[in-house]
Amino acid sequence: MIGFWSVPLLFALPLALGIVSLLAPPAWRARLGLAGLLPLLAASIAVFAHLVLDGPHTYALGNWNAPLGINLAVDGLAAGMVLLTAVVSSLCAIYAWVYLRDQPASSSFFWPLLWFLWAGMNGIWLAEDIFNLYVGLEVMGLAAVGLVALKATPQALAAAMRYLLAALLGSLAYLLGVALLYASYGTLSMAGLQEAATADVTTQVALALIILGLLLKTALFPLHAWLPPAHGGALTPVSALLSALVVKGSFYILLRIWMVLGTEVTPFATAQLLGILGAGAVFYGGWMAWRQHHLKQLVAYSTVAQIGYLFLFFPLVTGTGPEAARLAWDGTLMMLIAHALAKAALFLSAGNLILAVGSAHIGHLVGISRFRPMSLFSFGLAGVSLMGLPPSGGFTGKWLLLNSAILSGQWWWLIVLFLGGLLSAAYIFKVFRMAFREGPQVDHSVTPPLTLDVTALMLAASAILIGLTAHLPLAWLRIGSPFGAG
Amino acid sequence: MDWNSLILFAVLATSLVASAVIFLLAESRVTLRSTINLAAAVLKLLLVLWIIWGVYQNIEYELRFTIIDGVDFILRADALGIMFVGLSSLLWLFTTLYAIGYLEKAPNRSRFFGFFSLCVASTVGIALAGNLFTFLLFYELLTLSTYPLVVHRGTRESLRAGQIYLYYTLGGGALLLFGVVALHVLVGDTEFIPGGSLSGLDPTLYPLLIGIFLMMVIGLGVKAALFPLHAWLPMAMVAPAPVSALLHAVAVVKAGAFGIARVVYDVYGIEFAFSLGLLGPLAVAASITILYGSLRALAQDDLKKRLAFSTISQVSYIILGISLFGPIGTIGGLVHLLHQGLMKITLFFCAGNYAETLGVHKVSELDGAGQRMPATSVAFTLGAFGMIGIPPMAGFISKWYLGIGALEAGMNWVLGVLIVSSLLNAAYFLPILYRIWFRRRERPWCEGKVVGRFETPALLLIPTLATAAFALAAGLFAGMPFSPLYWAQIIVSREYLP
Repeated sequence: MIGFWSVPLLFALPLALGIVSLLAPPAWRARLGLAGLLPLLAASIAVFAHLVLDGPHTYALGNWNAPLGINLAVDGLAAGMVLLTAVVSSLCAIYAWVYLRDQPASSSFFWPLLWFLWAGMNGIWLAEDIFNLYVGLEVMGLAAVGLVALKATPQALAAAMRYLLAALLGSLAYLLGVALLYASYGTLSMAGLQEAATADVTTQVALALIILGLLLKTALFPLHAWLPPAHGGALTPVSALLSALVVKGSFYILLRIWMVLGTEVTPFATAQLLGILGAGAVFYGGWMAWRQHHLKQLVAYSTVAQIGYLFLFFPLVTGTGPEAARLAWDGTLMMLIAHALAKAALFLSAGNLILAVGSAHIGHLVGISRFRPMSLFSFGLAGVSLMGLPPSGGFTGKWLLLNSAILSGQWWWLIVLFLGGLLSAAYIFKVFRMAFREGPQVDHSVTPPLTLDVTALMLAASAILIGLTAHLPLAWLRIGSPFGAG
Repeated sequence: MDWNSLILFAVLATSLVASAVIFLLAESRVTLRSTINLAAAVLKLLLVLWIIWGVYQNIEYELRFTIIDGVDFILRADALGIMFVGLSSLLWLFTTLYAIGYLEKAPNRSRFFGFFSLCVASTVGIALAGNLFTFLLFYELLTLSTYPLVVHRGTRESLRAGQIYLYYTLGGGALLLFGVVALHVLVGDTEFIPGGSLSGLDPTLYPLLIGIFLMMVIGLGVKAALFPLHAWLPMAMVAPAPVSALLHAVAVVKAGAFGIARVVYDVYGIEFAFSLGLLGPLAVAASITILYGSLRALAQDDLKKRLAFSTISQVSYIILGISLFGPIGTIGGLVHLLHQGLMKITLFFCAGNYAETLGVHKVSELDGAGQRMPATSVAFTLGAFGMIGIPPMAGFISKWYLGIGALEAGMNWVLGVLIVSSLLNAAYFLPILYRIWFRRRERPWCEGKVVGRFETPALLLIPTLATAAFALAAGLFAGMPFSPLYWAQIIVSREYLP
């Protein structure tokens, strides 16, 4: 029961915390924030536990059912994302608490924006209709733009401005698509659309608009240009949150809508096109990451590449057999989770390395392996998962996707996974080559506070461990999905 | 989890835990680090001896849990696997001792010993893996954990070598992954079963199976340094001597050869692999590598490089033995897995001793080293005799069985390969021995380390002599119970009569 009643708390609580923290004096916000993490984490765990124990359920806010009220749907995927968000955001928040200690101006706005971001994300994970998805998308997007602007350098402001334009354009296109769907079917709810949707022209146009808008917000190649400056230029904990979670928000919406519309409406050619764009992202992002000299830009381009893997979902799930589709679903979600954990860890440990050497230039990392092994170790663990090497979540995800690609006879996606893995090894080991080079014999580097290293290490270790115990989370994520109760 | 699977887990955990603890230790805690390291190595060896006794009595050791639906993580001790574990844990102990002496006062020792233990854990995982998935997992972990050791010195040259190492091993690993996934799609989880599990498949799938075999063997051949996939190995010799000794003479290259043995015997099954016509080409590839490695070794003046090319050649004896269709040849190949490890690690230890004590890295500078360092030179001589295959050294036993196996399999040309290669082995080892024993040093030695009571620090000398003694004993007492030969015969009797 606690789990059931916790569902509305998942946005009520962050919204309330956001408003209270805006009203509170800036000096109090960080402490308030830390205090707020615990109940929110508890609510997220409760919702997840409730799902695992009692199965999927729908929650009507205030007992008003749709179309008048707002319905929240909790299935495995939604609850999994809620929990993932809670874990990653909490660790990033703890990191930020230490990281921003001597930057009171950034710190005072970080916390309210974090709460709104969190509320927006939870809104997306739980929404049962396409309009509330839009609301969540806007809240999340605006909060994210605010977080990027926190750094307040001219570059960061320019990046935030670009991000804002991309985000608004993206949600506008999405909203147009939603309006078209509402006009032709008279319903916004997922369940309603699932019953009513047919492959007529209006639906196709609406779908095209929705896809276009969401691709822009997910930064899929070639619509990625806003991402590297925004993610690479933001404050370190913000970069981690954005790359780990925020880009997944719009991808999640696309995945949901794709599954709801079903193979009758979603065209085979579009699915292949999405896969091809994903492949482009893997290659282009990996290549660009390898060419960067700025450590956080490298990590940001790595996100561009890793997003590409997620889009292999569409060709692997559309028009293929049930087993291949299930493997694609499992593999994509494993990739998504592993990437969220590993990328957050990679950004946080990159931030630690930058703190240590006082420069973001990769060339300045020479000799850091001797003096700051722990920061480098977290970077390496996260890197293992991103390269898709075992034992890690990234490997398990890749394994599942490879299986799905072979099973559905689409061998060309194997090449993407093959070369993508090698490219990511190239840019991760580029950093290690510098770090292992012997440089100064005396330690000039700063020691980052232990909390910063520990949070990064925890995220990196979970990216590794989730790969070894993958069948449990995957079974839970399948609850209430088209792929059975698991 | 019952008692027996717990022991299996403990064998893996000894080096994993040691690795984690060592990473966390401060650089200056030398004594504590060495104690933990040695305690872990001794404990592991004792556990392994216990399991060997159990496997001998046909007790089953197995540990499994589910990773994803249809894929299990399986550790299992069978006769073949435990042989490789035994070799790695014995040599881990000696190499740890050696490395403690070798790296005295060097920087980055926490990192070194941490990754060193992780490498050993991966090797043990490879040996105990019960299915292809688990094997792959540890195989890649081995790649990752050796990289920091190859680039350990942090010089431009070693970073370059590390990069080449990654190109080869990551590429090979990816190819192996494809083979494994393709096989998984075809038949599901591929457990290692004596006699293999594929022979019942539909004949229309045979071309596919041949393709998968090729992918896997190429992927494994990279680590086994099969020609033309060998180029990383001589370059990796820039690593410190203990790394070259344990990893590049034993763990890494053997992981490749061992993997090929698993694929041939326990995935495809030797008879099925033979009927698909896969063994002939494998024998040819191994023979070419044997001759090529020996020829290249002739031309090397750098002692470690000469030994590296010799490794390339010698590891392919194992693969040759695997590809000879018949129990005698198999015995020759498998026993060489142990023999070559013992002999080659001795030779690398000696090379390290010469380099550390006398500052000598080149063959041409070894004149008169036998007078200055008699004990090391005796060990080197024993190792070199073994490599050439002079009785009663261990290497002779391997070549004897390989030769008989070749005749039995009707592949008489292999005998020619063996003879030519033995001559070549003599041609590149005997001149070294001649220089060591019969030439005189003209200038005084430029001494490296403070020596102490013996010709070289005791921590460097004792492991060298111990492994040399093992290599000698393996040949002298080949007929005794629990000799390498005896164990190889047990494996073969279990593989051929499942």
